[in-house]
Amino acid sequence: MSKTDVTRRGLLRTGAVAGAGLMVPTYLRAGGHEGFTNAPTGSTVTLGFNVPQSGPYADEGADELRAYELAVEHLNGGGDGGMLSTFSSKALQGNGILGKKVEYVTGDTQTKSDAARASAKSMIEKDGAVMITGGSSSGVAVAVQALCQEAGVIFMAGLTHSNDTTGKDKRANGFRHFFNSYMSGAALAPVLANAYGTDRKAYHLTADYNWGYTTEEAVKSSTEAMGWETVNAVKTPLTQTDFSSYIAPVLQSGADVLVLNHYGGNMVNSLTNAVQFGLRDKMVNGKQFEIVVPLYSRLMAKGAGANVKGIFGSTNWHWSLQDEGSKAFVRSFGTKYGFPPSQAAHTCYVQALLYADAVERAGSFNPCAVVEALEGFEFDGMGNGPTLYRAEDHQCFKDVLVVKGKENPTSEFDLLEIVEVTPVDQVTYAPDHPQFAGGALGTCNPGA
Amino acid sequence: MFALDKKDARLLLMVAVLTMLAPFILNPFPAGSEMAQFNAGYPDLMQRFVIFGIFAIGFNILFGLTGYLSFGHAAFLGVGSYSAVWMFKLLSMNVLPAIALSVVVAGLFSVVIGFISLRRSGIYFSILTLAFAQMSFALAYSVLTPITGGETGLQLALDDPRILDVAASATGNIPVPGLFGLEMRASTNLELGPWVFTFNVGYYFSALIMLAAFYLAIRIFRSPFGMMLRAIKSNQQRLNYTGLNARPYTLAAFVISGMYAGLAGGLMAAMDPLAGAERMFWTASGEVVLMTILGGAGTLIGPVLGAGFIKYMENIISKINESILHQWFYWLPDGLEDFVVAMIYPFIGKGWHLTLGLLFMAVVIFLPGGLVEGGQRIGRMFGRKKSEEKDKPSGKTTPAE
Repeated sequence: MSKTDVTRRGLLRTGAVAGAGLMVPTYLRAGGHEGFTNAPTGSTVTLGFNVPQSGPYADEGADELRAYELAVEHLNGGGDGGMLSTFSSKALQGNGILGKKVEYVTGDTQTKSDAARASAKSMIEKDGAVMITGGSSSGVAVAVQALCQEAGVIFMAGLTHSNDTTGKDKRANGFRHFFNSYMSGAALAPVLANAYGTDRKAYHLTADYNWGYTTEEAVKSSTEAMGWETVNAVKTPLTQTDFSSYIAPVLQSGADVLVLNHYGGNMVNSLTNAVQFGLRDKMVNGKQFEIVVPLYSRLMAKGAGANVKGIFGSTNWHWSLQDEGSKAFVRSFGTKYGFPPSQAAHTCYVQALLYADAVERAGSFNPCAVVEALEGFEFDGMGNGPTLYRAEDHQCFKDVLVVKGKENPTSEFDLLEIVEVTPVDQVTYAPDHPQFAGGALGTCNPGA
Repeated sequence: MFALDKKDARLLLMVAVLTMLAPFILNPFPAGSEMAQFNAGYPDLMQRFVIFGIFAIGFNILFGLTGYLSFGHAAFLGVGSYSAVWMFKLLSMNVLPAIALSVVVAGLFSVVIGFISLRRSGIYFSILTLAFAQMSFALAYSVLTPITGGETGLQLALDDPRILDVAASATGNIPVPGLFGLEMRASTNLELGPWVFTFNVGYYFSALIMLAAFYLAIRIFRSPFGMMLRAIKSNQQRLNYTGLNARPYTLAAFVISGMYAGLAGGLMAAMDPLAGAERMFWTASGEVVLMTILGGAGTLIGPVLGAGFIKYMENIISKINESILHQWFYWLPDGLEDFVVAMIYPFIGKGWHLTLGLLFMAVVIFLPGGLVEGGQRIGRMFGRKKSEEKDKPSGKTTPAE
């Protein structure tokens, strides 16, 4: 291999290759001259809808996607316009965003942080998405939010209920419309005190992961503040499907209320087990035994069937609300898909509209301009009454619904009835509340 | 070259050329065209190709050579990721110490698990490794939440110590991983007419490491040590009767492949500084088994091909949605268009698992040697030489008796 022949032809060839190599940098350009990641240059703008299409929350994901498709249709001026007509801000004209037609790409989060980040990254790097939204679990929301902060795009969280999303893991580029564990606790506690009295003994079963912890903490502290006593709090594995071994000790503990900090399939199974064990027919300490489910959704109520009757919980939104915004949304969703939307669909639809509106008001897709437009933004007509996007932690503050499983459902969608609409003041907390402490928003990142 | 025989040198050179030119090869369609959907030349996916390539190469050293089917290899990948992220949190955002620590920690972890699991072989070994991996997953997911971040995953924060580095960048954000100031996520685009090719620092960094890993694997395959491992695969009992203790060899192979997995995990964290517990879930362990078998177990290049194939399916096929299908078939008459879309729909988007499963079945049934066998068959169809292929190690073992 040490034999070197320098020929005229070899020299020419090498020279040509080297020359071409030196020319290359003149063709190269750093991504994004416009000062921020994925600045839309053509007549369209691409949004990324990152929802669980497989895994335990696939039902919610499918509903979220329907809502996004509806939102895109309305933004581009199609359909009946939905909430655009009831939204208090009138910046959106139905001609896309800033005159650019809205296009979208979809991805599957699989309800796994890694997969969700991979899919969000491919939307940002390959498809040029300028905003990512969606998701149906807090782990995914937190992971994707951090990614969007690094990449310099806006993240509009979908269904995520853990305090951490706008607490210790908050980011400047991320926004959450959905309510959180603290709000659930604060809204539920007075209703529970009214219905069950203030001298109850509670037993918690908690899904053993992040959301479970924050929900348990929130419900515990708000119920204890009213005089309840927490007898025990037991963690259950997320993959558990049979909860009988966890239910049996509840009766021996002397507790008279069971709080199920479970979501999705977990809640369906644990509630079914608890009812099968006859907990609700028992009398303990001279009181009727009761069960509480802090976070409710219609899809869960459907799964649990008749077992949810009379059980209290909280929810972000429900299709039976009678304000103009909710009615307009339910009407256009129902016309397009033939059934009422879930709360996941509602929050995603609203988030898409809020982002578009913020861009329109800011006059730019630049994430920093959008952040500025959303921070401290007050709006109405989106189904939750007057709402504030708080600047300190990018969390929406609005009324919270306390619901109860309906005794006599009239259809397969009519499973929950609204017991009380807890006013926003009652669920507002200081940005440095202990349950939310430890994080920093940082500064907005426009990327390249 | 590099103390390799001619055939291996050619293979290494081929892999080198393929990885270096990957941004061109993976982006064959002009940006903005209908077919751009199938372009895979964006940084995240290219990084995934080579990182999972490393993972699969390492797995193949254990499975392909000794025949021990570990069903818990993702645990080492996860441990590697966690160590790397902790290094980013505590020490600095330089990727070298992070990757070094992830290899070391994964190595130590695999010594412990290997020492226990290798007391059994066959299905019992697989179940033991699976049990350990699921145990690690469960621990990372809940009990060890202070160390692993639980469900959310371990992330960087603005108030991390980062002793040798800044806690926050000049703009007030979390700094990004880099190599002496060269950011891993930095990219430049080359625009040639309608084509756009992206060159990413992180990709080339990972690709160079993969080439080194690949070279090391070739040397192991061709070494006396590799021969011992093959002997263990073909008949361990006979080996024992000749007075050789097989366990140190299997343990060494197990630890080496665990370190490869740790390296892959560390690189994953270096490209994207987050470590999630799902990385250790049993499906992730199963995935690397699929990659190796799909590509061709016991062959050098097979696992890399398998890794690329599966990651391509996962990232490209899963992103095709119904409206894209309608765009493709808009030229068909209305009823027929809906029919064709309805026929294809189950296989795209969330149905990519189904497509992958069918292709996997097809490969296992018709090409038992994996994609490599497919390549060989095509090569033989067009090739001139016929004898050379014979001495390539095939996935099958011949009975000793």
